[in-house]
Amino acid sequence: MNLMGCLVLSVALFAIGAFGLLTRRNIIAALLSLELMVNAALINFVGFSRFGGPSTGSGTAWHMDSQAGSLFVLFAVAVTAAEMALALAIVIALYRQRKSLDLRELDSLHG
Amino acid sequence: MDSMTTLASYGVLILPLLSFLLTGLWLGRKNWIASACTATFLMGLTFVLAVILALGYRTQILLHPELYPSATSVAWEHSWMTFGPGLAAHIGFYLDPISVMMVVVISFISFLVHFYSIGYMKGDKSAGRFFPLLSFFSFSMLGLVVSTNLIQTFFFWELVGAASYLLIGFWYTKPSAVAASKKAFIVTRFADAFFLMGMLVVGTQSGGFDFLHVNDPAAAVILNRSVGTGMFAFNLLSVSTVLIYLGAWGKSAMFPLHVWLPDAMEGPTPVSSLIHSATMVVAGIYLTARLFPLFAAAEGTLRVVEFTGAFTALFAALIACTQTDLKRILAFSTLSQLGLMMLSLGLGGSSEGGAVQTLAYTASMFHVFTHAFFKSLLFLSAGIVIHAIHSNDIRDAGGMRKSLSWTYAATLIACLAIAGIWPFSGFFSKEEILQSALKGGHYIALAAGLLTSVLTAFYMSRYFILIFHGTKRSHASEHGHDAHEGILMVLPVLILAVPSALIGWLGKDFFLAHILPYTAGASAAGISESHESGSFSWLVPVTSILIMSAIGAGWYFYGRKKWSAGFSEGQEPGWYRVLRNKFYVDEFYGFLVRKVAARFVATPANWTERKIINGAFDETSGVFRRLAIRLCKFQNGQVQVYLSVALLGLYALYWIGRMVH
Repeated sequence: MNLMGCLVLSVALFAIGAFGLLTRRNIIAALLSLELMVNAALINFVGFSRFGGPSTGSGTAWHMDSQAGSLFVLFAVAVTAAEMALALAIVIALYRQRKSLDLRELDSLHG
Repeated sequence: MDSMTTLASYGVLILPLLSFLLTGLWLGRKNWIASACTATFLMGLTFVLAVILALGYRTQILLHPELYPSATSVAWEHSWMTFGPGLAAHIGFYLDPISVMMVVVISFISFLVHFYSIGYMKGDKSAGRFFPLLSFFSFSMLGLVVSTNLIQTFFFWELVGAASYLLIGFWYTKPSAVAASKKAFIVTRFADAFFLMGMLVVGTQSGGFDFLHVNDPAAAVILNRSVGTGMFAFNLLSVSTVLIYLGAWGKSAMFPLHVWLPDAMEGPTPVSSLIHSATMVVAGIYLTARLFPLFAAAEGTLRVVEFTGAFTALFAALIACTQTDLKRILAFSTLSQLGLMMLSLGLGGSSEGGAVQTLAYTASMFHVFTHAFFKSLLFLSAGIVIHAIHSNDIRDAGGMRKSLSWTYAATLIACLAIAGIWPFSGFFSKEEILQSALKGGHYIALAAGLLTSVLTAFYMSRYFILIFHGTKRSHASEHGHDAHEGILMVLPVLILAVPSALIGWLGKDFFLAHILPYTAGASAAGISESHESGSFSWLVPVTSILIMSAIGAGWYFYGRKKWSAGFSEGQEPGWYRVLRNKFYVDEFYGFLVRKVAARFVATPANWTERKIINGAFDETSGVFRRLAIRLCKFQNGQVQVYLSVALLGLYALYWIGRMVH
């Protein structure tokens, strides 16, 4: 497993997530796809943290501590969990009102 | 010029303006009687100052030809608007025989008209609005006559027009008054446009707008050249003077721009009196006289002046014989007299000897002077009659001799004066005009003048007899409960009767000696060669006999045979109907505007407006509207569509970034 492997995995996950987000009609499935996209981004963090960024030399301004990437991922996982709880609460409220979870029917913002 | 005279010259302009501001902004709204008294008092003071000015002018300038060879001076002059180096408008006070004469006449008549209006406007709800306008009118005309340059003249010329518009349409709830005021304004504005053009040509080509400069023979020499080529070659002097004359043409209501004047009697009678005698219509004559040295250099222009005057004089006199409206008869008589004045100015050109004939100019100014008195008298007395019978129609009047005895006497004097009976004032001025026509060999003008005098005598005797003699006809004059003469209204009429009777006899020698068309700088000696009068002694008895017989005819038809003012229904001969309808000039204009202008100008213009201009805008906006409707379809509320577009946009941005790098 090297950096390239991580990046390929991340791109694949992101593409799957994006495809799902754009095509699934169920809100929960769309949220799952969204989560996949977030996680694709997190894999990038982990990969760069583990295998090093483009510049490993010292003294450059944007070089960060290799632990920082992993810490950031842990932090992001917590935030995402909270965010998902909020999103699911909205979905439940929406279902109570509409009796439907079809994304295509939620078009009251049309021009 | 001593300080007293200078002070008086400031006063005659400032006091009427002060009266306008004081009564217009403050007193007129509160209390009409206070505003009337203030305005009348200030105009009286203006008259006193005008007399002081005239006396000062006489003793210090006119009687010192060694110091002032042209009897012309500028009392004061201030720079007013500076347009650029060498081009500035000045406002000043020009002193020469005719400007001082006009200042005295205007302030005198305006004072009496103000005084008369106190009685006339009593009971009118809008009387408070009347006096400021009257003062404004007087101020404008005073500013016009004392102008030192063409720009100031034009400015006050327009103020006179605006003031007359406001006063003719004074009773603005009456549709006919509104129409008349619009007509007066539009017709004179039409003519003013030509005046402006001519003024600019003269000012820019001769190098200055000052009368002292323009009236210099050198200016005429500069202007006297040909410009343009081929078909469009013309003499600059002729063109510019004719253009300026066109302005005077409209203001002095020469045919065919005369149509506004008979309608102007829709205003209150004091206004008609002021318009017809001293202010509005005289402005055109005055302008022509003011620029007389320039006009005299252009022979063709003087012929135009002469023939428009002659035609208008005769044309209006014929119409006046058939009108039945009191004030309309007087209006056409004004037109006819204005025609005589213009005709006389036109006679002033160089005669066979090459010398400029100045007697005609003097005669014209003399007629302006005498006409002002008797015409304002006639209008003011007509106002008394109208008040008494509550009608403008001469057929409602009749037998007013007993109830309006003072008015009767005064009107008699004015009628004799306008008819030209010795020794009343009109006799002298009219005689001078006919003499100069004969002397210059202008036989057409002479014939027109004679015929006009005869017709004037006839229609004035018709007017007089139908109003004051015979039996009482109207309901109001039968009962006579209103037919009394208020002292406020009779007094000015009686005062005016004095100059109407005597001023010709008293003023003749003065006018012949002093009222000359001086050219600036040059002495009057060179041009006054042909300035002796009375060389044709047979003319006086001949005209007097003609005029007497015309009066006799009027008396015979309307006094003895008791003709009424018009024919009864169906018995009217064709020629009479043509005259009564004023040669259908108004109808012709109506045809011109409604049919010709509407069909060939207004309709195509309207089509272009709607189809081409509006159409182009509609089409352009339609394209964008349809495009917008298409674009609206993307806004369908589908989150996933938005997201796709956003992602595509991101991708596009990425590629744009690639390409830029």
